[in-house]
Amino acid sequence: MQLNKKISLLLIMSKGLYLYLSAFILTSFSSLSAKESNTKEYESTGDLKSEIKAYILHHLQDSHDFNLLSYKDKTTNEKVYIGMPLPVILWDDGLKMFSSSKLKHGKNVAQKGDNYYKLYHGKIYRTDAKGTITYDDHHHPTNVKPIDFSITKNVISILLTALLMFVLFRGLAQSYHKNGMIAKGVGRFFEPIVLYVRDEIAIPNIGEKHHRRFMGYLLTLFFFIWFLNLLGLTPLGINVTGNIAITFCLALITFIITNFVGKKDYWKHIFWMPGVPWAMKIILAPIELLGLIIKPFSLMIRLYANISAGHIVLMSLIALIFIFKNWIGSSLSLVLAFSISIIEILVALLQAYIFTVLSALYFGFAVEEHNENDDH
Amino acid sequence: MEKLINEFSFGLFFWQSLIFIGLILLLRKFAWKPILDAVNERETSIKDAINAAKEAKKEIATIKEDNQKVLKEARAERESLLKKARSEGANIVTQAKDEAKAEADKIIAQAQESIQNEKRAALIELKNQVAQISLDIAEKVIDSELESKEKQSKLVNQFIKDAPL
Repeated sequence: MQLNKKISLLLIMSKGLYLYLSAFILTSFSSLSAKESNTKEYESTGDLKSEIKAYILHHLQDSHDFNLLSYKDKTTNEKVYIGMPLPVILWDDGLKMFSSSKLKHGKNVAQKGDNYYKLYHGKIYRTDAKGTITYDDHHHPTNVKPIDFSITKNVISILLTALLMFVLFRGLAQSYHKNGMIAKGVGRFFEPIVLYVRDEIAIPNIGEKHHRRFMGYLLTLFFFIWFLNLLGLTPLGINVTGNIAITFCLALITFIITNFVGKKDYWKHIFWMPGVPWAMKIILAPIELLGLIIKPFSLMIRLYANISAGHIVLMSLIALIFIFKNWIGSSLSLVLAFSISIIEILVALLQAYIFTVLSALYFGFAVEEHNENDDH
Repeated sequence: MEKLINEFSFGLFFWQSLIFIGLILLLRKFAWKPILDAVNERETSIKDAINAAKEAKKEIATIKEDNQKVLKEARAERESLLKKARSEGANIVTQAKDEAKAEADKIIAQAQESIQNEKRAALIELKNQVAQISLDIAEKVIDSELESKEKQSKLVNQFIKDAPL
């Protein structure tokens, strides 16, 4: 019964998501593929549409500087950036550290020791003193790419979010003892949400008995994704949860926890499904095994695609204001951008919820115990 | 897919894992555990308080019932006491009345008796006086009339005979 309920819930959720996702993925990937060819063009032609596309693409990626805005100086015809440089940390036969201001947004070659480094399309390559980059047939650079441990814009955002969360929830935790078991201050707003995660996400999916073990992860996960999603909607231009490395890390932790706590029943259901003929068992085993990977993979892609798509749509709509340059078109784009922003605020919460619910569901499968004579 | 792999930054993954796992551990120890403990504690205390309130309500109801019972009993007792008192009072009054009546009767009887006695005494005295007077008269009559002895005794006898007593 419980299992059937869970599966139907999953199906309903994925169906709704699919409609939403496919609509956004279509727009995102068509614009992404269009961008790849256009970024090169932009450097030579510099027309408005390709500039916007390059700008959006650039925004979606991580950055070695924390830039708030940039503009073209009309007298010197050079791009001026307003923001702050961040530390670059490279592993290239030893640790190399320098400020990202040395790279000058890809226009300069940074020297560190005997090595020279250049920023090219958001990645740092080792070059010669002149900064030459060689390409292969597919226009991919062939230069040596040192492992980049830089404190990038996303790392700073994650750190700040982590700090914010710690201060916020530590404050909430302490307010209980100071105020006679009643939450006080800003944390008061989050207490019902913490309870919601416990009562509506953890307990129904994992069960009363085991849920406590996973609460730490689920709560951290939920608020981490939610806060970063919301941070991505601010004009700071941060896109953390729309980055594949971030969603990969989150999905990987869910994957590891799921399989680490998996009980005998869980593995039995994967390798030797009870209640079906033995021939089916052999067919089902690889499918279930594949499902092991697909589940976290879908988590990773879902969050990444939703947030990226949201950013692309929102930025495209804002960009339309500059393309139309007339009262009717631009104000229409403004209204559209405004409504999409509101939807995105909802999506920010929804995606955090979905990621947490599905993680809880997978943990629930892993710790579920069946009766011996229960066949399904 | 190729784009996704190309976009993947190992450095960012490294920092994210480090910060995120650190955050989970820190929050678990310093935030989630105390928060959930506090909330649980509060929930149980609320539950207990509700139960206690229910119990108290029940207790109050029984106390009220008892009170009602006691009140009823008291009222009944008062009623019976009053009844008793009333009947006793009535008894006392009738007794007093009877006694008074008896006393009065007694006094009246005594008075009547003493009146009778007085009357009798007065009559005896009157008789005596009448006798005396009669004697005196008789003496005088005798003195005057009876010179002879026979005449005397004849007269005496006549007098005695005529006396109404």
